[in-house]
Amino acid sequence: MNRFSIARPGSVAEAVREVTTHPAAKFIAGGTNLVDLMKYDVERPTHVVDLSRLPGLNTIEETGEGGLRLGALVSNTAAAYDERVKERYPLLSSALLAGATPQLRNAATMGGNLLQRTRCYYFYDAATPCNKRQPGTGCPAKDGVNRIHAILGTSEHCIATHPSDMCVALAALEAVVKVAGPQGERSIPMADFHRLPGNMPEKDTNLHGDEIILAIELPEPRFGKNHTYLKLRDRLSYAFALVSVAAALEMDGEKVVEARIALGGVAHKPWRVPEAEEMLRGKAAGREAFSAVADRILQGAQGYGGNSFKIELAHRAIIRALSQAAAGTPQSQTDKRIQ
Amino acid sequence: MDQSPMFETPLFETHVGSPRNRVDGRLKVTGAAPYAAEFTAPDLAYGYVVSGAIAKGKITNIDTSAAMAVPGVVQVFTHQNRPRTAWRSGAYQDEVAPPGKPFRPLYDEHIVYSGQPVALVVAEDFEIARYAASLVRVTYEAEKHQTDVAKVLGEAYVPPKKRSGITPPPKPKGDSEAAFGASPVKVESEYRIAVEHHNPMEMHATTVVWEGGGRITVHDKIQGAQNSQSYITHVFGLSNDDVRVISPFVGGAFGSGLRPQYQLFLAVMAALELKRSVRVTLTRDQMFTMGYRPDGVQNVALGANPDARLQSIRHDLIAGTSTFEDYQEATVNWSVMLYRCDNATATQKLVKIDTYTPADMRAPGAPTGLFAMESAMDELSYKLGIDPVQLRLRNYSEVDEANGKKLTSKELRAAYQIGAERFGWARRNPVPRSMKEGRELIGWGMATGAWEAQMARTAARAVLTADGRLEVASATADIGTGTYTILTQIGADALGLPMEKVTARIGDSSLPKSPVEGGSWTAASAGTAVRLACDTVRQQLFKYARGMDNSPIANADLAQVAFQGERIALISDPSRFVTIADAMRAGGVDRIEAEETAVPDKLVQARYSSYTHSAVFVEVRVDEELGQVRVTRLVDAVAAGKIINPKTARSQILGGVVFGISMALHEESMPDHNLGRFMNHNLAEYHVPVNADIHDIDVIFVEEQDELASPIGVKGLGEIGIVGTAAAIANAVFHATGKRIRELPITIDKVIGTKETA
Repeated sequence: MNRFSIARPGSVAEAVREVTTHPAAKFIAGGTNLVDLMKYDVERPTHVVDLSRLPGLNTIEETGEGGLRLGALVSNTAAAYDERVKERYPLLSSALLAGATPQLRNAATMGGNLLQRTRCYYFYDAATPCNKRQPGTGCPAKDGVNRIHAILGTSEHCIATHPSDMCVALAALEAVVKVAGPQGERSIPMADFHRLPGNMPEKDTNLHGDEIILAIELPEPRFGKNHTYLKLRDRLSYAFALVSVAAALEMDGEKVVEARIALGGVAHKPWRVPEAEEMLRGKAAGREAFSAVADRILQGAQGYGGNSFKIELAHRAIIRALSQAAAGTPQSQTDKRIQ
Repeated sequence: MDQSPMFETPLFETHVGSPRNRVDGRLKVTGAAPYAAEFTAPDLAYGYVVSGAIAKGKITNIDTSAAMAVPGVVQVFTHQNRPRTAWRSGAYQDEVAPPGKPFRPLYDEHIVYSGQPVALVVAEDFEIARYAASLVRVTYEAEKHQTDVAKVLGEAYVPPKKRSGITPPPKPKGDSEAAFGASPVKVESEYRIAVEHHNPMEMHATTVVWEGGGRITVHDKIQGAQNSQSYITHVFGLSNDDVRVISPFVGGAFGSGLRPQYQLFLAVMAALELKRSVRVTLTRDQMFTMGYRPDGVQNVALGANPDARLQSIRHDLIAGTSTFEDYQEATVNWSVMLYRCDNATATQKLVKIDTYTPADMRAPGAPTGLFAMESAMDELSYKLGIDPVQLRLRNYSEVDEANGKKLTSKELRAAYQIGAERFGWARRNPVPRSMKEGRELIGWGMATGAWEAQMARTAARAVLTADGRLEVASATADIGTGTYTILTQIGADALGLPMEKVTARIGDSSLPKSPVEGGSWTAASAGTAVRLACDTVRQQLFKYARGMDNSPIANADLAQVAFQGERIALISDPSRFVTIADAMRAGGVDRIEAEETAVPDKLVQARYSSYTHSAVFVEVRVDEELGQVRVTRLVDAVAAGKIINPKTARSQILGGVVFGISMALHEESMPDHNLGRFMNHNLAEYHVPVNADIHDIDVIFVEEQDELASPIGVKGLGEIGIVGTAAAIANAVFHATGKRIRELPITIDKVIGTKETA
């Protein structure tokens, strides 16, 4: 871990100024990821800007349009157990509780969770090449240990995944990220927030370096009981998803009116295929329809050896998640036994 | 109150045999128990290790200038400027080293494995050292490496020198090849396990306190303080008087603390050179740059008659070792030892790969070998159409089939019966995929476990003082096993004291000589030594008591009195007694001290083999579609001689069983053979079970009288809990799914995969 200076700005504007004047600066909030990365010499900021005490970002409020605005500094625990979130966005609450451990969720913030970096073994090991950590050095994961790596949207430069559970639910719920920068505020839909690696794997998101996340806005709730967050992993807690599925359905009796399906653990961003979701419109919920959707979502999926099983696993997970959602029996995140 | 039959005079057991809380429990849970990295000293300097990046080659340059320029950096040690140490590689050989030339940190420019320490940065505080370490620039000239055992099977060799203390594979019996060919029913398969790293909770660390005048006190994470002491004296040319190793607490080790690890060398080197106190703590990543449970390719072939009697056993292993040492563990022996069979062959070969030398890890060899053998027995049971327990009973042996020797005891038959009954095995439908509940397939599987019951030469001292307090002491260790507690129980019963009046002292090289704590031998060895030393004190005390003026026990002999309630009383008339205080006053002494050495009985060893055994029964529930396996119920019936403390003993078995579940379903060090490096070197990606993965575990201790395994009837418990567990789980997965998975760990990909179906 390198030496660094630390600043505690009193306002968002001040915080933005801190990073514009220190190009090698990093924002820190909960620190659950950045501190690890600094210990591993993966991130080496010379200046750290502590956002944790910024006023006004630690609340959950009504948007006025029927939605909820979750401040960037709200902890994952506070969001997951907020009565309004539990009542109106149980899918988000469930995804949050599927992630990490209570200790980590207490410290981790909503804004920070959006910016979690990949768990790729090579990214974390500064003694190995990695295009995401050090552009141009190569990607040993492609023909190395890639059990946890991406099967969709990869590039020859990077096959890393985004590790968040929360973001998968946010993608399905079509949340919007509110950010502030030197030019003022703007909104980024979840679908555009994270990037695919392409030839710039070092860039995880479309957030500019001098922008701050203010809040996550959720649109008016609409999926009722027909949702689930299904997370498949190598042990029942404290493990990142091999494959996860956030599914939300609007049902009319046995028929699907609208579907949202987002996958985690399979790509550099939460993976959504709107055309696949369209396929369910007006269809009777059932294994056959779900299987066709899974085929469509996984179109073009590519394995790299160690992670090839994820293609079949994701297919089965999509079917199971849609079945759980259709039945209105969401996956429990306390009794972790898969339903 | 039972009487112990092993010694000539009766011991009235108040504490031995009864559940007792850990005497060090409060110290541990309050944080008052000091571990190696918690000892401190004035002017302590902090060392941080720079780990190498390549698997094989040479360091062509190390640029330490940027690191040295950081304020607070004291020195950067590399192979170029390290102080002189012993030039003979033999000087680096510790008590349990396998044959070969031990790794010598910072010895020269050669890189022999990935993660090898290449520099030590010493600074005024830990943060400075860590930062400066990131500035050390190392340039390498890489050579082609090989870390994949499977790629070099053709180079397998029989190790020319056997490792001391490890039973080599038994001599072949009969003609297993011909018998296999002639057997009407056969199974033959290849089995693999994953490399595992020990990962005790406490990282390896050493604090060296500079005492001045070339003398040091060393606090090391080690399973035997005297092993570290002799390593230091040999490597650095010091005398035992110059070096005292004090390691009272060890935060788990599982074998990783048997051999001195490289941070010990580095910390002592730096302290001696800088003439100041130095602490070196490894990081979790660096816990993957030392010994590991070796992977190997195992082949097991079994032949049987239709009556289920084994006709042929063959078990062949090719395991990896480092380029510099021939690590060996007893892996294939169990397959021959356990079952009645006239034709049996077991072979063990090695291949050299560019990793660190493998290391003993909980029950080294046994869970590996018995995963293969007990899986094969399960496969055979289906081919024969016989219940797996019945197959084992049909081939049950009352002798050590590997050498024909008698056994000191073997209550394995009872373990099968009691375990099966507790589990409800009789209700099992033998047909795979026949048991279901909702979406889940239910599988019931079982396996046998075994481990050597060993005793090692160990000394102990007992000191009774006039205030009625007893101290028992030996240089052994307690790595979380409960050694402090059982030695306290044994001492208390020997002199009829409450446990509060007895103190056990261990983990100090200045105490009576003891080998490392390992191999499950500590309770039998240190326990016997303490008992012997206490017996000598008893005799002396008894002499004083009998010789007292008007002694109420004047005419008694030792066998006629009981040491109980801080008194020496006539067994026939407890109202006639002498208190300990009075006896010592009569003798005119304020302390009675004795040191004795427990030595294994050579005659017994010549005639007998001695093992602990277990029968493990497992229920798994499998969501086949999603590849999820849960171990929902497990019964482990253990026959391990006398149980000194059922509470700590149960904890030992629980820990071993969880270790076994972990081996079966979770643990896997993932090597990148292109880089020659283990890649998942942190506890986020190297998985051990969490609470949610662990369900009902029922531990049963089967009654087993054994007067030969050790004088106190103890056989040892540290290893047996893990052995057989992984095999039983794999067998249960087959019963649930009809899919035979012969490669551990059994992860989602293997369960949903289409290959390896029986």
